[in-house]
Amino acid sequence: MGRITLDKVQKAFGEVEVIPPLDLTIEDGEFVVFVGPSGCGKSTLLRLIAGLEDVTGGQIRIDGNDATSVPPAKRGLAMVFQSYALYPHMSVRKNIAFPLRMAKMEQAEQDRRVQAAADVLNLSDYIDRRPGQLSGGQRQRVAIGRAIVREPSAFLFDEPLSNLDAALRHGMRLEISELHKRLDTTMIYVTHDQVEAMTMADKIVVLQAGVIEQVGSPLELYKTPRNLFVAGFIGSPKMNFFHGAEAAKHDAHTIGIRPEHLTVSTTEGTWKGTVGVAEHLGSDTFMHIHPEANPSETITVRVGGEFSATHGDTVFLTPADDNIHRFDADGMRMG
Amino acid sequence: MATQHSRSAARIMMAPAVFLLLVWMLVPLSMTLWFSVRSYLPLRGGDQGFVGLENFTRFVTSSAFWPAILTTLIIVGGVLLISIVFGILLAMLLDQPMWGQGVVRILVIAPFFVMPTVSALVWKNMFMDPVNGLFAHLWRFFGADPIVWLSDASVFSIIMIVSWQWLPFATLILLTAIQSLDSEQLEAAEMDGANPLARFAFITLPHLSRAITIVILIQTIFLLAVFAEIFVTTGGAFGTRTLTYLIYQRVLESQNVGLGSAGGVYAIILANIVAIFLMRIVGKNLDR
Repeated sequence: MGRITLDKVQKAFGEVEVIPPLDLTIEDGEFVVFVGPSGCGKSTLLRLIAGLEDVTGGQIRIDGNDATSVPPAKRGLAMVFQSYALYPHMSVRKNIAFPLRMAKMEQAEQDRRVQAAADVLNLSDYIDRRPGQLSGGQRQRVAIGRAIVREPSAFLFDEPLSNLDAALRHGMRLEISELHKRLDTTMIYVTHDQVEAMTMADKIVVLQAGVIEQVGSPLELYKTPRNLFVAGFIGSPKMNFFHGAEAAKHDAHTIGIRPEHLTVSTTEGTWKGTVGVAEHLGSDTFMHIHPEANPSETITVRVGGEFSATHGDTVFLTPADDNIHRFDADGMRMG
Repeated sequence: MATQHSRSAARIMMAPAVFLLLVWMLVPLSMTLWFSVRSYLPLRGGDQGFVGLENFTRFVTSSAFWPAILTTLIIVGGVLLISIVFGILLAMLLDQPMWGQGVVRILVIAPFFVMPTVSALVWKNMFMDPVNGLFAHLWRFFGADPIVWLSDASVFSIIMIVSWQWLPFATLILLTAIQSLDSEQLEAAEMDGANPLARFAFITLPHLSRAITIVILIQTIFLLAVFAEIFVTTGGAFGTRTLTYLIYQRVLESQNVGLGSAGGVYAIILANIVAIFLMRIVGKNLDR
């Protein structure tokens, strides 16, 4: 069980209010990702749930019980830290067994659980090494191992992949997703990387300045962003925004079109422009196009497969009308 | 540029310093070794020639030798114990955020800057004087008989004075070590269910082990040579005669340079044994 409810939870450091009163419900077994730019309060929110920070106001309930003033160890949650926070003087085995040892569990049961965790995470080969002798990905797995032996009701991940290189990050992303499927336990995952959020989450919580901008499944956020911030934050490359005359044609203050919803042609189209930088990935081609009407702006466009265009070429863009997002003067979604 | 040429230039430029250090060290060392095998009594006939190892056997068979070694060990051990235990406590205290942190830290280091002779005299006259000392007043305030510190609790008094001087050093080194502890490790331990005492024992203390070894190593080498504190307080009486003090007495009070030099050679050997022993511990700790 791991249903976590935040009821008007609020946090201030002295005079500075980091998180204004906030409500959120995380269902049992859900994989929830808190995503937002750095300094948006997502880590603070996670630390409030963990109990490492005290709330200024409001209530945190875990499985219906008030956990607001329960010490971290008694909340039944396990956390994986950004720096992994492994104990450098203990072997991998002792690191993983540490929470069990603190809980004064029987030695036989400790060994059994450590072995089980090591098997799940492929740690058996270096179980007697110290963290200093392990690679980044292995340390990450030890940190996860230390979390799973406690059999917590929910896992908290604080930007766990940000210290890994790109290839490892992709691998660990899959491993964590698979772990979630297997354990079927609530997981709360904090990241600033929207790709991690899109690929792993059941539910994404987009935060900005401590305020929840939108909560929803990855595709909901992608298809119907509630406001300009979410529209710009979710999706890679970023959505293109148009103001003024172009927007007025669609009765909106601002319109947004994702790079993948623009069709490129060398002969005809709605907007004419010149190619700035073209990124050829083989599978995709990303082009940064300066429209003729306003050359200081850049429109990003994604074409599936290879599109032979180089710097200075003239191209035409046509937006897919079904996929135009319209926003009003306050930046909120229209229609 | 790291060529043969620049390397030899570096050697030439280092040579004066190396030469000076060698002379500085080798001349007294060889003189000590030279005198230790001679009977040299400045006021009773001067240099009376080669006597072999007689000085060495006389020095260790003297009834003062083993008590002096024991006293040395008690003082070194006592000061180490006090400065490390209180050093860790103080370091953890100073690590807490508080108002006026900078000033407090400077004040804590202050005793280290007081010359040993001065601090020993201050302790002797201001605190430990059985008539006018602050301790005597305190004891009398509670209706107790003042302790005559320097004769009744002489070794402990010396340990207290020397600890007072070395505590700041230990605190400073341990404080920097504590500050380098990753706070996420403590938080992880807290999440793992470790209470404050367990967090100290399993996280903070192991993290400090290297700093503690360094403190022990450096302090031991300096503490073996403690002299001024004994000289100005008890003058080596009441069981406070350490090895260093015994050597001083042999050379200057008994006017027997040969015997004192033999003691000096023993002291060199002792210090080196301690140094090698501690270096190995440090080396082992640094490997981790």
